Amino acid sequence: MRIWDQQAETMPREALKALQLKRLKHILKYASDNVPFYQHSFKNSGIIPEEISSLDMLPQIPFTNKADMQASYPYDMFALPLEKVVRVHSSSGTTGKPTVVGYSRNDLNNWSELIARLLTAGGVTQKDIVQIAFGYGMFTGGFGLHYGVEKVGATVIPVSSGNTDRQLMVMKDFKSTALVCTPSYAIYLGEVIEEKGIDLSDLHLRVGLFGAEPWTENMRKEIEKKMNISATDNYGLSEVMGPGVAMECRCKQGMHINEDHFIAEVIDPNTGKVLPSGEMGELVITTLTKEAIPVIRYRTRDITSLIEEPCECGRTFIRMSKPHGRTDDMLIIRGVNVFPSQIETVLIEMEETDPHYQLVVTREGALDELEIRVEVNEVFFSDEMRRMRALEEKIKLKVKNALGISAHIKLVEPKSIERSIGKAKRVIDMRNLK
Amino acid sequence: MQVKQISIFVENRAGRLEEISAILENNNINIRALSLADTSDFGIIRLIVDKPDVAEPAMREAGFTIRENFVIACAIEDKPGGLHRLLKLFSDLNISIEYMYSFFERHLDKAVIIFRVEDPKEAITVLQKGGAELLTAEQVYSS
Repeated sequence: MRIWDQQAETMPREALKALQLKRLKHILKYASDNVPFYQHSFKNSGIIPEEISSLDMLPQIPFTNKADMQASYPYDMFALPLEKVVRVHSSSGTTGKPTVVGYSRNDLNNWSELIARLLTAGGVTQKDIVQIAFGYGMFTGGFGLHYGVEKVGATVIPVSSGNTDRQLMVMKDFKSTALVCTPSYAIYLGEVIEEKGIDLSDLHLRVGLFGAEPWTENMRKEIEKKMNISATDNYGLSEVMGPGVAMECRCKQGMHINEDHFIAEVIDPNTGKVLPSGEMGELVITTLTKEAIPVIRYRTRDITSLIEEPCECGRTFIRMSKPHGRTDDMLIIRGVNVFPSQIETVLIEMEETDPHYQLVVTREGALDELEIRVEVNEVFFSDEMRRMRALEEKIKLKVKNALGISAHIKLVEPKSIERSIGKAKRVIDMRNLK
Repeated sequence: MQVKQISIFVENRAGRLEEISAILENNNINIRALSLADTSDFGIIRLIVDKPDVAEPAMREAGFTIRENFVIACAIEDKPGGLHRLLKLFSDLNISIEYMYSFFERHLDKAVIIFRVEDPKEAITVLQKGGAELLTAEQVYSS
């Protein structure tokens, strides 16, 4: 398995920590000196950048929230004057005002380096022909991946998103060996390939690099089977750079975080406290090298856990698990953080159930009650009550193991849970707190 | 000797049972025997009808989750001790019963007990040898 930047990606942990501290000290001072938002936020919480002398002091520094980025629209978070900013991207703005992000020349160089790491980790070499089916435009995906492919020296086909017929024509005629797009589009392409009866031996695809949205192991299996490729995940968000923050290697056991450029923490989204390694919570990212927009302790709202155990690939960077959802989806039941995706995982893993479920939260007196409605799968429906009860008990136990709280399992008829275009109405919270 | 039984998963909500009886009526299907097992959340209805091959697709089409399996039907004298003698035979033959229910057959003037057992084929063989009166599917379906 090749590694793009052997020196950085396999750096001993102590050297990496020293590098992180050095860069953290610099970026804190730099942010404070050049971005009024940070100057005020540090001042208000009594933070003096020069006094940060260890990585353990990072939790003392205040967070940056999505709302802070939105309030700075369009350029107030920039640490550089626009003449030194060579490119601008922005988020779609579906959740309010778009977030505008800028890149200096050095930022773009670093970015394409990190994308080169990502591509190499996923198996791309300079011999590959890489079809980029991410949208080219304000979205960071298209251009972000594009320059990384050029850096690796592979051939880039900037086909951009949409027009499935053209994608398939290009894939076949241009002999694409690597595909870059969202995992849901990859599934769709796979289905169209199947429907049209395209022979996989007429295609040359070897690898797929999918990101920009969360996806499951089941989706990976489906994509790998339908396209006969090796599929890897990658993670990023425009607020801190775009794709290239973290990437899977061929071991496919979590995404390596490019720790020489980012510090990752996982916090309890309610209390803001940093959680012990391995616990699931909200990912917080600090950029260490960004010049145009340094971002300190950005709350990503993505739920993940960090994996510190060394990876077989040889990279020393810690890994993050596939995001389990967004903090916006989180429920607090009897003081325990519950994510619908945890229950979904339980149901996917059980042979007897499909991930068609609904959570109903009620409050009896002072106690929260969680009811999980699970659709009965016809194959496992039995006329014998004891088997049905055993199935309920099995789900209940698995949920308890996964969440740490017990739930009432209610089996319901198939297709009785409302499905709204792909995404079911997962949660009914009837507690009326507030 | 094996009798088809149709089991239907029903959530406990108003009107659900009525939907099932409406399907049966619309398809001119007669119920020969019925049993219901329930919890506070759902129930399992088991039906023996005169036209199981019509009932099954009709239920499926209406969106019900159903399962077909085979049960056995034994006729007994409708007198004190009739059931006991039959159950003693089950016990002697070491056949365990998952569940059972009954109806009265007026043409035979006998009670009929429906048994759900792990292996109906095997049970039929040994019960016949043991002297039980087993009914054919046709006998059970026709009224």
